Amino acid sequence: MLRFVARRLTGMIAVLFAISVIVFLIFNVIPNSNPAIRIAGKNANPELIARVSADLGLDQPLWVQYLTLMKKIFTGTLTSYASAQNVTDQIWRGLPATLSLTIGAAVLWMVLAVVFGYLSAIHSGRFTDRALTILSLVGISMPVFWLAAILLYFFTFKVQLFPTSSYVPLTTDPLRWASHLILPWLTLAVLYVGFYSRVLRSNMLDVMNEDYVRTARAKGLPERQVRIRHVLRNSMIPIVTLFGLDFGAVVGGGAILTETVFNINGVGLYAGRAIGSLDLPPLVGVTIFGAFFIVFFNTVVDILYAFLDPRIRLGEAAAA
Amino acid sequence: MAAPFSEVEVADEPPLPTGVPLATIQGRSPWYLAGLRLRRNKVALAFGGLFIVIVLLCLAAPLWADHVAHTTPDANHITDTIDVGGTQVDIVSPDGTPIGPGLRGQYLLGADQNGRDVMVRLLYGGRTSLFIGVVSAAITTIVAVVVGLLCGYYRGWIDAILSRVMDVVWAFPVLLLGIALGTALAVGGLSLGFTTLAGDSVWIPILIIGLVYVPYMARPIRGEVLALREKEFVEAAVAQGKGSVRIMITELLPNVVSTIIVFFTLNIANDMLLESALSFLGAGVRPPSASWGTMIADGYQTIYTAPHLTIIPGLMIVLTVLSLNVFGDGLRDALDPRAKIRLEH
Repeated sequence: MLRFVARRLTGMIAVLFAISVIVFLIFNVIPNSNPAIRIAGKNANPELIARVSADLGLDQPLWVQYLTLMKKIFTGTLTSYASAQNVTDQIWRGLPATLSLTIGAAVLWMVLAVVFGYLSAIHSGRFTDRALTILSLVGISMPVFWLAAILLYFFTFKVQLFPTSSYVPLTTDPLRWASHLILPWLTLAVLYVGFYSRVLRSNMLDVMNEDYVRTARAKGLPERQVRIRHVLRNSMIPIVTLFGLDFGAVVGGGAILTETVFNINGVGLYAGRAIGSLDLPPLVGVTIFGAFFIVFFNTVVDILYAFLDPRIRLGEAAAA
Repeated sequence: MAAPFSEVEVADEPPLPTGVPLATIQGRSPWYLAGLRLRRNKVALAFGGLFIVIVLLCLAAPLWADHVAHTTPDANHITDTIDVGGTQVDIVSPDGTPIGPGLRGQYLLGADQNGRDVMVRLLYGGRTSLFIGVVSAAITTIVAVVVGLLCGYYRGWIDAILSRVMDVVWAFPVLLLGIALGTALAVGGLSLGFTTLAGDSVWIPILIIGLVYVPYMARPIRGEVLALREKEFVEAAVAQGKGSVRIMITELLPNVVSTIIVFFTLNIANDMLLESALSFLGAGVRPPSASWGTMIADGYQTIYTAPHLTIIPGLMIVLTVLSLNVFGDGLRDALDPRAKIRLEH
């Protein structure tokens, strides 16, 4: 087990290294222009541009620039071109809002997905199933930011049911924290509810044909108990895997659209603003932060899985 | 396996008639059977039809613009008026509120802040959105098929390298990678050697969207090819002296076609959603080109005074993407009822 964990962690570090190189290349090599020219302003003379370049280290060879960037990230001194603000600080500042949004949404989407998927599977082929199937397909076909805008329009403006957006810290006022986050939670959850309930439904239909389910029925267990203890529980395994991956993805960037529309001061909104001003360092920071979350959750899921299912550990050992 | 709209069990083939010599019974190809299954799935067919209607409408954009609306997608009419039920109404009222939707040829779906006809812009924007969706799905498909075939057939170091590269791309959130590339490329365009793309070219979002989804499609194809290459017919082809490339094209490729078709359909849907998200954030389609995503981004600025500017293009995206998703689902059930192809977000 320890060896497995060690291997996974080494793999994680290798992927993170590759990601940092790619992010560096995306932001430092692909842009067909010198950021110094933009920073120096409209009436810049060549000397000013050269000075800005030297300040930013853009006149150095690429590998030196890469090492400088890494050093800045690890020491937390990466600063934005546009506002001279410290990127790491800004990401830390945005984290509570982003986590409030994503954790709440994750709870909501898991609960709703299990309820919908369960109902869909036990009423398979009948009206409830068809209605829920269409509903979940509509859910996965909606642009998230559009849904957010529509909810905002109808529920804070037409019918003033919820306060207009922006984030209230949990420590300031838990009630206002929640009421400000209900619509964003719902928005972020819709896509995943649609997606997960469909996966759960088809898993449950598969499991229902298993022998042990027939055995459970044959020994006289109530139908309810068979469905929940035997069918639902065994159908949840793939969902839990998906959840680990998707939660990482949502924290690491999937919430950008929701945060932008609802004006929640999280990591995503910070990245969203940086796009508008073509300010690259915040995007470098947020991209690496996001990728880190995804890789981290992938690794956690892998390790948890191996912990829960010895076959995976053994398979790895046999392959090695 | 999940068959969302056709749970009713219907035998694929009628029972063999008794007493008829077997030679007179016509053979049925898998494609014919798939066609039969698809034809029974009325909901999937209806949504497939809806998609075709949307495409045709967008293709007919110039007809509507010339003969019904008498304007162009980019023509401003801020100071013009229009005759509604006998009275002249401002297209954009003095306080900046544009005219809303109404049953008339011009401004059927109202106007925007600049007095542009929303219906005309919607049809032209749809062309951009659909074009991006289809072309980037084609790019994803071509690259993913090549990568999947190479990895699955050769295995070894080719597979190791390409798979690691895909793992890394996989580790990025799709949206974030799209934003990063979109922003970086918008700064100075992209020089590809033989041609240079300007920062505001639609080809930049097309390439980005096409490439970020490659691992999601290449992995399942690689898996299928890995299994197929062990089959006897591949062994037979090797024994016949067929070369590797010919085996990949004539033996392996035809066996993954059904996967490719389904993925292509669902990819168009996903690509259109990603395009709209990137455009909304300003990292996708750039002015002067319009797409449904940029229309929402523009309309969202004035959602409280002119909600139709946000609602209408969004509804078009939902309808188009929904029709592709439902049709793609039906295709999957028809082509390979046991397959578990799934596009991840």
